[in-house]
Amino acid sequence: MADRQLPERQSPERQLPERLSPLEPVYHPGSHGNFEHGVDVILSETRPGSILQLAAWPGEEKRLIDAIRKVTGLALPDGAGGGISNGGRAAFGFAPGKFTVVDEAEGLAAAFAGVVTPAIGTLTDLSHGRTAIRIAGPKAEWVLAKFFAIDFALPAFPLGAGRSTNHHDVFAQIQRSGADQFDIYVFRSFARSFWKALCHASEEVGYEVH
Amino acid sequence: MLITCPYCGPRDVIEFTYQGDGNRTRPQPASQDLDAWNAYVYDRLNPAGDHNEIWQHSGGCRAHLRIVRNTLTHEILSTAFARGGHKSAGHKAGGNQ
Repeated sequence: MADRQLPERQSPERQLPERLSPLEPVYHPGSHGNFEHGVDVILSETRPGSILQLAAWPGEEKRLIDAIRKVTGLALPDGAGGGISNGGRAAFGFAPGKFTVVDEAEGLAAAFAGVVTPAIGTLTDLSHGRTAIRIAGPKAEWVLAKFFAIDFALPAFPLGAGRSTNHHDVFAQIQRSGADQFDIYVFRSFARSFWKALCHASEEVGYEVH
Repeated sequence: MLITCPYCGPRDVIEFTYQGDGNRTRPQPASQDLDAWNAYVYDRLNPAGDHNEIWQHSGGCRAHLRIVRNTLTHEILSTAFARGGHKSAGHKAGGNQ
């Protein structure tokens, strides 16, 4: 028994398991609801490869923001709820000294290793713990306003900005990634329930799942 | 009822959790002063008017807040982070525009 080979899960070269979407049983591409008069929102799961949470110790916020800028190449603005999105990568503040950083590619956590030192703060890889849902279209603000008691109008919620809120105890981090497009990050375990509610809420305006 | 979180801006009261009277002073953990502990655990001012309170924005940024609330009118007179250090207080719209 002593010379038994290490099981694969203990091998340092192990690959992360293939990720399965929690939405899969209820994800139905196509047009739904009241779409005869036009499709006013498009729902999709963006499935980014990396979703990270970074937190700075008090007083280290500026250094952490600099680290995020350096590693991602994003011009992350300072200030409450400030953020930026360029399609493939996104970053936004969701709480004092705390940031969500997203990349469509896997392995972003490794890129931060050694940059976000223990003196600056912490890095938590949530890539398998969050589900990213995108809602886009002229009625996106209208549909989201049924869920969340925050102001979705462009002057109050600018392009790139992030917001933390919740819907029936399902925490949601929301980033505006376009003039009429929002990316919503929810706990993976609640994602299917949230997705179904989002589909129901979108029925009246006509929606398409991509 | 709206509470203006220093980070998130105005939010509905359902996003917040009351964490207790903000006037209490906790004795040192090793303190043997029973009167001080008794006052910390039980004594409350219970004013009819402005009251210092600790709240948490539990349904948002999860920051702990120091709030002055009028117990007669429920008016929120001031909000601030309970912990110093994050002095970037004051809601900004944020964004990359």
